[in-house]
Amino acid sequence: MRLFKKKSTEILEGDLTPMIDMTFQLIAFFMLLINFSEVDRADEILLPSSVLAVPPEVRPDYQIILNLEPNGVVVFEGQKNGIDLLNPLLSRQVDAAAREGIRDPGDIAVIIRSHEDTPTGVVQELMAKCQESELQSFSLRVKNQK
Amino acid sequence: MKMSISEPEEIKINMTAMIDIVFQLLVFFIMTFKVVAMEGDFNIKMPLASESADSLDEELPDLITVRLEAGENGNISSIIVDDSETLREATMFPDLTNIVEERLAAEGNPEQNSETEVEFDIDYNLKYSYTVKAIGAVSGRALPDGKVKPLIKKVKFKDVAN
Repeated sequence: MRLFKKKSTEILEGDLTPMIDMTFQLIAFFMLLINFSEVDRADEILLPSSVLAVPPEVRPDYQIILNLEPNGVVVFEGQKNGIDLLNPLLSRQVDAAAREGIRDPGDIAVIIRSHEDTPTGVVQELMAKCQESELQSFSLRVKNQK
Repeated sequence: MKMSISEPEEIKINMTAMIDIVFQLLVFFIMTFKVVAMEGDFNIKMPLASESADSLDEELPDLITVRLEAGENGNISSIIVDDSETLREATMFPDLTNIVEERLAAEGNPEQNSETEVEFDIDYNLKYSYTVKAIGAVSGRALPDGKVKPLIKKVKFKDVAN
């Protein structure tokens, strides 16, 4: 009498195709959603929120994003500066915009991302400093509550 | 002559390396992924002083002046509209919206008035969050169905008050 069946010694190979498909789809998803403009943002800045702020429909031809901390320090392109020291940086931006065909500094959009506890006077000082470089179009960026 | 026909062999590609790298990519993207809150803008046009002087001859738009006064610790204490109406209660921001809406209705253009302008005169120490609230209050009214009734489109700041 035979007691044991002979075990099969073949290697079991599962079909990996669906898993690889799904993994590639996940990678594509995360690649599309990754935020490349992280350098324009400063994580420590807590924006005020509003229901009424309108998300920008079109990106301006040229924009300058200024992050303003409560102590009056401006974070611009990852560098921290006092408001008084902004003139050379802003002038460089105006020149760069002119090279891209935007001759009128009034057409450059200045986006101010200010912390909610910043004194409004400091925000106005920043705007006045921008006006010294003939910048006139300002957008106060806030968190959209919708 | 007898030709031997060999049976086609199944070619197996070793997928291990590719799957390894794909998983590493996936982990990288998951770790660096950040959910970013939706942001919006309040647009403010601040013409230069010289341009403002040039436009003096032009007909000035209707202007509503709104003064925001700061109390202790930069919190808001009162809102004064056109140097006449003072709002102090907890409902000062909805009240400001009501006043602006009434003013626009009195001028015969309650919806999307494009000419009337609001000038904010704000205490230096007032926290920025209150300024944004006030700009929101004059910009429109949030309706219960989630829509927004637009009010004032032109907003400007008075010079810095020290």
